[in-house]
Amino acid sequence: MSELTASEEEMTKATVRSGWRSKLRAIYHRSEGMRGYTLLSPTLVVMLFSMCVPFAMMAVFSFWTQTGYDFNFDRTFTLDNYTKLTERAVYADLLVRSLWISAFCTFATVIISYPMAYYVAFHVHSRKAVWIILMTLPFWTSYLLRVFTWKVILGYNGAINSGLIWLGVIDEPLEFLLYNPTAVVITLTHAWAAFAILPIYVSLEKIDRSLLEAATDLGDGPVARFFRITFPLSLPGVIAATLLIFVPTVGDYVTPALVGGPNGLMLANLIQAHFGVINNWPGGSALSIVMMTVVGIIALSYIAITRFLMRNIE
Amino acid sequence: MKKKEAPYIEKPNRPLAIYAVLFLAFLYIPVLLLPLFSFNDSIYIAFPIKGWTLSWYQEMFTNEPMFAALMNSIRVGIVASVFATFLGVFGAKAVTRYRMPGKEPIVAVIMAPLVIPGVILGVALLILVNAAGVDLSLYTVTLGHILICVPFSMATLMSRFEGFDKSMEEASADLGENTWWTFWRVTLPMVFPGILASLLLCFTVSFDEFILAYFLGGTDPTLPLFMWNQLRFPNRLPVVLSMGALILLISFFVVFFSQWLVRRDRS
Repeated sequence: MSELTASEEEMTKATVRSGWRSKLRAIYHRSEGMRGYTLLSPTLVVMLFSMCVPFAMMAVFSFWTQTGYDFNFDRTFTLDNYTKLTERAVYADLLVRSLWISAFCTFATVIISYPMAYYVAFHVHSRKAVWIILMTLPFWTSYLLRVFTWKVILGYNGAINSGLIWLGVIDEPLEFLLYNPTAVVITLTHAWAAFAILPIYVSLEKIDRSLLEAATDLGDGPVARFFRITFPLSLPGVIAATLLIFVPTVGDYVTPALVGGPNGLMLANLIQAHFGVINNWPGGSALSIVMMTVVGIIALSYIAITRFLMRNIE
Repeated sequence: MKKKEAPYIEKPNRPLAIYAVLFLAFLYIPVLLLPLFSFNDSIYIAFPIKGWTLSWYQEMFTNEPMFAALMNSIRVGIVASVFATFLGVFGAKAVTRYRMPGKEPIVAVIMAPLVIPGVILGVALLILVNAAGVDLSLYTVTLGHILICVPFSMATLMSRFEGFDKSMEEASADLGENTWWTFWRVTLPMVFPGILASLLLCFTVSFDEFILAYFLGGTDPTLPLFMWNQLRFPNRLPVVLSMGALILLISFFVVFFSQWLVRRDRS
């Protein structure tokens, strides 16, 4: 008797539970968002973990002090690493120089890439895919090799100097080619062109061609048509391109190390040195945090300003 | 171009066409100088070319440490591309198939490694790995590479999934297939070119990656790390050039093939 009631009880419990479960399942199946997140979760968890945890640790590190070689720290809270950054001018100088070099390189890349993207979007009618692949192909090849190529080209005995001497244009090698900020800008512009072309091309391709016809019918010439229709409508691509190039190039390490020389060194080289020869991990962490914060603020205010301006245009 | 375009747009623009050719020259000539000088019979990289030789290539193939580095890079590349593509398939499928609140910021987070400066990512991961007490090795390099390959995989697969016809999956479900069989028999064959493209692309990204390997690498170097170490010795330069030329050639083919897979039936 008691056995029976017990099993009955269990059964009712089970039905109640399965009722809850099926209800939950029904909610789950009805909600697209939940199903989406379930599918997304492995990727999201891995990416969030492997980005948030290291950066959080870096933030904590930046308040510690290095005591010995490698992984020995004094873990008492201190702001020394940050105050040191404000005391010595070299840090601010390097940061400002990094920002300028990157801003200049971003500007140059967008300017030279725009006509190319325009050409493919409006004047190439067959085999567009081949053109796009051709324009982006070098981007996929070894970054190190591409930077190294410029060292070979611009060097004292490099391709340009030896070529010009061979042709009899100059007698002495030109010394201003390599190991300066200009060499860094040229190299970066060459390396990041694909990042400018793709977003600009996409936004140009999206433009409704009938708008251009309308402008022509209403009497706009090619130049007026470009500045009144095409260019404003391609601005989202231009803005995306500037951000995609500016943010990573501020922290570029290989290019300044190979072609920059002493005057072309950037903040990333100093950060690297803190984790290498200088052996001051907390100091390097503080530098990294400051650089990311500054770049983040610049990027966000840039987005805000362009949004505001674009709303005004509309 | 399905739409009929106005005739004035079809008018060829000569200056712009010339610009396009010059642009491609700017893009390619520097890159092609490496292979050119790799056949030069001199240890100096300078014009005029002294003579043609294959000796640098011969030297490369008999160089044991270089071969070991090559194998390291291939191993890291295969593992990283498989894991990244695996994560990319889930992510891209979820993002393109379902309407989810807060999708855009989440995609931005997953894509973030694309724009985070390599040095910052490198030192942040170095701190993590050290704090976890893990020794630097090819495994830590692989972990870093998975992280930077996922955005590339996601981008490739998202563009593939976006043209995906949802009704095919629904038809399969209506005909009684469960989720896994639907995925296996309907979804997978349709997205397979995208997956292959993602694998190839991630492999090249990992194979060519330098900065993370520089920070997270142990005593076994990957190929870019090995080249970086060789750059200090001027007399080793020609061998580095021939190796670079070979890497360029392989990357070109792999990337061209993967891009062709993604784009062939889209434009």
